[in-house]
Amino acid sequence: MEAFTTHTGRAVPLRRSNVDTDQIIPAHWLKKVTRDGFEDGLFEAWRKDAEFVLNRPEHAGATVLVAGPDFGTGSSREHAVWALQNYGFKAVVSARFADIFRGNSLKNGLLTVVLPQETVERLWTLIEHDPTTEVTVDLLARQVRAGSITADFDLDENARQRLLEGLDDIDLTLRREADIAAYEARRPSFKPATAQV
Amino acid sequence: MGRTLAEKVWDDHVVTRAEGEPDLLYIDLHLLHEVTSPQAFDGLRKSGRKVRRLDLTLATEDHNTPTLDIDKPIADPVSRVQLETLRANCAEFGVRLHPLGDVEQGVVHVVGPQLGLTQPGTTVVCGDSHTSTHGAFGALAFGIGTSQVEHVLATQTLPMAPFKTMAVTVQGELPAGVTAKDLILAVIARIGTGGGQGHVIEYRGPAIEKLSMEARMTVCNMSIEAGARAGMIAPDETTFAYLKDRPHAPRGADWDAAVAYWRTLRTDDDAVFDREVVIDASELSPFVTWGTNPGQGAPLSAAVPDPASYTDPSERQAAERALEYMGLTVGQPLRDIRVDTVFVGSCTNGRIEDLRAAAEVLRGRSVAEGVRMLVVPGSVRVALQAMAEGLDKVFTESGAEWRHAGCSMCLGMNPDQLAPGERSASTSNRNFEGRQGKGGRTHLVSPQVAAATAVLGHLASPADLITDPALAA
Repeated sequence: MEAFTTHTGRAVPLRRSNVDTDQIIPAHWLKKVTRDGFEDGLFEAWRKDAEFVLNRPEHAGATVLVAGPDFGTGSSREHAVWALQNYGFKAVVSARFADIFRGNSLKNGLLTVVLPQETVERLWTLIEHDPTTEVTVDLLARQVRAGSITADFDLDENARQRLLEGLDDIDLTLRREADIAAYEARRPSFKPATAQV
Repeated sequence: MGRTLAEKVWDDHVVTRAEGEPDLLYIDLHLLHEVTSPQAFDGLRKSGRKVRRLDLTLATEDHNTPTLDIDKPIADPVSRVQLETLRANCAEFGVRLHPLGDVEQGVVHVVGPQLGLTQPGTTVVCGDSHTSTHGAFGALAFGIGTSQVEHVLATQTLPMAPFKTMAVTVQGELPAGVTAKDLILAVIARIGTGGGQGHVIEYRGPAIEKLSMEARMTVCNMSIEAGARAGMIAPDETTFAYLKDRPHAPRGADWDAAVAYWRTLRTDDDAVFDREVVIDASELSPFVTWGTNPGQGAPLSAAVPDPASYTDPSERQAAERALEYMGLTVGQPLRDIRVDTVFVGSCTNGRIEDLRAAAEVLRGRSVAEGVRMLVVPGSVRVALQAMAEGLDKVFTESGAEWRHAGCSMCLGMNPDQLAPGERSASTSNRNFEGRQGKGGRTHLVSPQVAAATAVLGHLASPADLITDPALAA
């Protein structure tokens, strides 16, 4: 996984709540068997509208998405994270994320930043007023900075360290091989098995 | 202090626990399908890893599979490649697979329980958010992303952050004609699509205890629609009776040991939930959605709400957007909404009891002129059972289409889709914009409401069929 320390870039204000993963990447894109090439599917239906915020020329090349509450609800599709990353987003800010989406993001190095809705509103106003505003998402300091706005955010320390160092979760778990084997040795015999192997 | 059901199951699966780290949880059952697994198998290949526990892993094909002409090559080349990729991966790594055409094929969340693989006190994961279905057995079951699918394939474990607990206590008794689907839609409307975020919900109380296993699966299935990590129901005699003699249920001494353990899986009297919601079942009635998220629902007897009635600005804006997308007007009675398509099926309502309920309403009646009705069993086994009971004939004689098992019109990944602007009454789980096909409009309903809607051509409950003078005659 790519490490994330700090990122500065322009932002897109997405004034919508309950942005579900079917909107982020529609199901027909999920037939692909790779992790790349999803950028054109990102918000596919909404992007058909020339006025949709992602289509506005002043937001071209933006790398931080500032969205309404309950971002990433619905399906567990990790393709939603890949689509945001393939398009160029490095971080998403929202007052509330769906759990599975957030987990998927952190596993891929897409930083999801939880800020109060009131701060999100201030960021929206700032970015809409001046689309060239640079937003800094600083994981070292756990802080978002833009114009006169400085907002601290929480992220549990373990997840933060994994992101900062770009650690591979599977490698970390495999260091516990002896513990896993010991657990397996004490599993009851009545536990289900899909087949005799 | 006592522990909740969810905490007991969690504690029994902790492989390692250390300060400042997520618990490493052991996974008892890993279900796979074609959509969220290819990149995970690629990851294994790249790092030279194997599947750690083939005996705890099972794959089926469901999302892309057509429900017509299943003996012919799959027309969509991209879908075909995805299914072929799953077949090649399962063959290469040795994973048990039930492909299209196999008697055990079906929607992954229908297949696991019917095989008896989903058992109380187990941890179940799948790269699919509706894995919460399996919580109906008192399993801790949750959807995961593809990175986690790879993690489970390689290690049979997952590092998991702690969760909070929520009790949804359903008092009283569901009135006649009110189903598990109406109940869960009402719960989601009450707590919102983010209301369960970070929580494992335990559904409890007399109305839950009375539900059949299949109805419990419908309830737990939609826990994710309330934003919950998982949904669970404590196992009881209903659970044990359902599991007894299933192909993968324990046998002999193992059965006795299992049941003894399963009986301990109840929330202790002195356990404390982080949050508690109480619902009175006797106040519920058939419930449908009018908007574009599953929390935007109302009793069928209500009217399309006025967005101005929402105090929260983002909810108000969401309601405005939803009404525009859905092509509805404020104050329009929900019963007046006419549909083009009716879909009965999915991991929410594609089991035999759902098909029986829909058939009961349709028996001796006809699908309205201009309405297309698809009935899609959740698995081949469900289809065979329905045919043994003659339900397929009831459906086809009423003018509905009887299809092959799969996810079908629940999501736009296979040929069963709505055309732009088309409106459906659907027993599935999501009414998101474009969920059933680009520009399609979805109203989530129970199987009974779906069938009555098919007959009348507008949103309706079976009670409307009797009060309609034209049909009562």
